[in-house]
Amino acid sequence: MAYSEKVMDHFANPRNVGEIENADGIGEVGNSKCGDIMKMYIKVNGGIITDVKFKTFGCGAAIATSSMATELIKGKSIEEALKLTNKAVMEALDGLPPVKVHCSVLAEQAIKAALSDYYRKLGVDPEPIVGKIEECDHEEGCACEL
Amino acid sequence: MDKKRIYADNAATTKLSPAVLQDMMPYLTDVYGNPSSLYSVGAQAKKAVELAREDIAKVFGAQPSEIFFTSGGSEADNWAIKGIAEAMAKKGKKHIISSKFEHHAVLHSLDALAKKGFEITLLDVHENGIVRPEELEAAIREDTALVTIMYANNEIGTIQPISEIGAICKKHGVIFHTDAVQAVGNVNINVKEQNIDLMSLTGHKFHGPKGCGALYVRKGLRPDILIDGGAQERGRRAGTENVAGIVGLASALKLAVSTMEERNKRLTELRDYLIDDLLKIERSRVNGDRVHRLPGNVNMCFEGIEGESLLLMLDLNGVCASSGSACTSGSLDPSHVLLSIGLPHEIAHGSLRLSFSDDTTKEDVEYIARTIPPIIDRLRAMSPLWEHIKENEKKGIV
Repeated sequence: MAYSEKVMDHFANPRNVGEIENADGIGEVGNSKCGDIMKMYIKVNGGIITDVKFKTFGCGAAIATSSMATELIKGKSIEEALKLTNKAVMEALDGLPPVKVHCSVLAEQAIKAALSDYYRKLGVDPEPIVGKIEECDHEEGCACEL
Repeated sequence: MDKKRIYADNAATTKLSPAVLQDMMPYLTDVYGNPSSLYSVGAQAKKAVELAREDIAKVFGAQPSEIFFTSGGSEADNWAIKGIAEAMAKKGKKHIISSKFEHHAVLHSLDALAKKGFEITLLDVHENGIVRPEELEAAIREDTALVTIMYANNEIGTIQPISEIGAICKKHGVIFHTDAVQAVGNVNINVKEQNIDLMSLTGHKFHGPKGCGALYVRKGLRPDILIDGGAQERGRRAGTENVAGIVGLASALKLAVSTMEERNKRLTELRDYLIDDLLKIERSRVNGDRVHRLPGNVNMCFEGIEGESLLLMLDLNGVCASSGSACTSGSLDPSHVLLSIGLPHEIAHGSLRLSFSDDTTKEDVEYIARTIPPIIDRLRAMSPLWEHIKENEKKGIV
């Protein structure tokens, strides 16, 4: 398993770890059976994500992608955050080994899950804005893997 | 950061012993002849191969003509299992008994045979990681061709009741193979007394070179040939001999066996010290029987964390170890060994194996014992799974 220096940096010194009290949105994706869970907390002000924190149970790539994803959306507008793809997270980390691509997908989903929660709290149906978040069907052998 | 490196993954492979390398050197340099040749540099190589065969046979109470050199443990397992299966199929026997937590060299060989119409029974290894002889005996049928049970498990280090299994197989006239790759050099093995018909071993697990192993085949047994070609190994395993490897295998084996008693005593103490210490960590557990266990094997699970993260953190702190988590197994599921002893997926993901050797010191183990708890604390502090476990604790759900 060869991780890039950037992945190792974000794994060893993850950015934005923790929780936000009274968060405007909280999203949790993944499951313990598959071996990774990401939980994302966001604070939103005037359509801007002013703060973001995460907690992750998972491998090195799961922690690094969570960390990078939070960096990429912090201070950005909701529209920009919704455009963040797993590919962008991977590129920002100088790539991931093929078996770890699903970690970046999980990071993208975690952001979307947090934003969905934000809209739900506002009484807005998130699905037309955020889209549907695929649930991992682990009965199929962790089908969240790409 | 400390620049130290503590190698605690000796169940994966070991460092080549300098003394073994010295014994191998002539066969990597001056004595380069092909053992099948007539001239002296070939004859010298041939002599070295035959001396190695005698040395190895002696260690296990076998005859030199019962030792066949292979490229390692996987080839030995493939040959023993597929070779005996094919040979016995000709007599109408197509049932094989094994266990759920064998090495993949065994399990995948069995998968290949199942596709060819063989019937496979995989015995349970229970919570302690040990096959029950009575269950083995009950599984034997008229058409059972082979029993293959590993001597000691590669992940959790549990030692199987090989003598009892051997006696049962003898009683029922069933051929018995054991994958002894992890056991050799750690336990006394006598193939005759223990009724072992075939046994796989490899040199790199006891400070020998990689790429050289052996299969013991009891006189009179003729597994079908796996590697066709020249007449090496009395026509049963083709390919020019890995002379230096064979010399190294024998040299390492003699060394391992001659120092076994002292090493086992020392490593057992270190193992038990580390297990006891790590068990102080909240929600930790030992995987596999604590007593019937290889002297240098520590395998534990820590709830709420994932094994690969733990390994990377340990690596950053200079400790080389391994895990049975999905992320380290290269598949989507955690190790089949951990699942076979009944661990749920989420706990199996948080496993750690540390395995010692002659080179492991008390200081190394103390360092490991000091290094692990803060890493676990750190990973748990950022783990939503740990958060859930704690919430459930508060609610009274264990």
